[in-house]
Amino acid sequence: MSVVKMKLNGKAVNGDVEARTLLVDFIRQNLGMTGTHVGCDTSQCGACVVHVNGKAIKSCTILAVACESADVTTVEGLAKGGDLHAMQAAFKEHHGLQCGFCTPGMIMSAIDIVKRNGKNVSEDVIRRELSGNICRCTGYHNIVKAVQAGAANM
Amino acid sequence: MENFNYHRPATVLAAAAMLKKSKDGKYMGGGHTLLPTMKQGLAAPTDIIDLTAIKNFGGIKVSKSIVTIKAGTTHMEVAASKDIKKAIPALAEMAGKIGGVHVRHKGTIGGSIANADPAADYPSACLGLGATIETNKRKIEADKFFTGMFETALKAGEIITAVHFPIPKKSAHQKFPNPASRYALTGVFLSQDGKGKVRVGVTGAAASAFRATEIEAALTKDFSAKSASSVKIAAKGLMSDMHATAAYRAHLVSVLAGRAAAAAK
Repeated sequence: MSVVKMKLNGKAVNGDVEARTLLVDFIRQNLGMTGTHVGCDTSQCGACVVHVNGKAIKSCTILAVACESADVTTVEGLAKGGDLHAMQAAFKEHHGLQCGFCTPGMIMSAIDIVKRNGKNVSEDVIRRELSGNICRCTGYHNIVKAVQAGAANM
Repeated sequence: MENFNYHRPATVLAAAAMLKKSKDGKYMGGGHTLLPTMKQGLAAPTDIIDLTAIKNFGGIKVSKSIVTIKAGTTHMEVAASKDIKKAIPALAEMAGKIGGVHVRHKGTIGGSIANADPAADYPSACLGLGATIETNKRKIEADKFFTGMFETALKAGEIITAVHFPIPKKSAHQKFPNPASRYALTGVFLSQDGKGKVRVGVTGAAASAFRATEIEAALTKDFSAKSASSVKIAAKGLMSDMHATAAYRAHLVSVLAGRAAAAAK
């Protein structure tokens, strides 16, 4: 066991982890923050997407110890007080979810897409860049609509 | 996943020393093959030597005739590089088609090439462009690098530090992605240099990436889509699995080479 320290949603955090502890397990089990989900645990579904140093990555496929001193943002870090982030509000407004399991990952990926492609990101780019996030209930039409609307309001 | 000792060296020299000292250590780049493999219990190294904290391990340099990509450069960085888009647009395009966004944010060129997955994209670009792979010990031509399924010319402990791609006159990449994994069911990277020499690198079709020399000969005579797509590739020696038969992959090689010849710029 060793101590890992990082910044999570702007706050300094630390915890005892084994070398093999995945970032997602550190976030969920050590820190008790369950907004980040584990879907497939095989780097495919994207339910576990968080931002590490500003980049969207799958937290099931990175070691917690590799995130020493990193700046990590999870879905819990988006809302300001009671105000939802523009992307969260857009998912609510456009029914971009049904069961909601994939939503944290979708939203973290969506924000990353807008950061790299701008507010006027095309539907084609959104669809292509959401390929690493899988939804098993709504289909993707409303998710894509939500991302486009959220992008415009970011 | 079995536990292991984790190391995060700051230099290539230190990394090589750590591997040597370990019982059964492994280098790790982006970790997007190694960690899933360890989760499945298919690998259980005693030590992980994380190369991503090595200083100046990533970076892109484009000269008049060569694109140099350092080993720690991520697929996203290659896909987004304005200099590479200008020098070898097909290479940037290819990097942008590896996995999904999250994979491209972590996966590195050095890791991909060292791992030599039979369906990875970079090996086809290395062969199709005639790249030179530089390690902490020597320089290896791409033609001598990929030796088998997950096998390369790398010796134990050797670390890829950079890949040098000669800038061709024109090039193109075409891939039939496996719809589930985005790995190449078959992929073709072709180029033509200033002297008219054509190279065609193929991935996903056999145990290891290879050059389609019959298509190279046809394109050298007549650089056209029809010339490439009318070459019949033998299915013998190609892979058959639940996704595609060897005959289907052989057919894909010609079809994709034809499309690449048409798209080359």
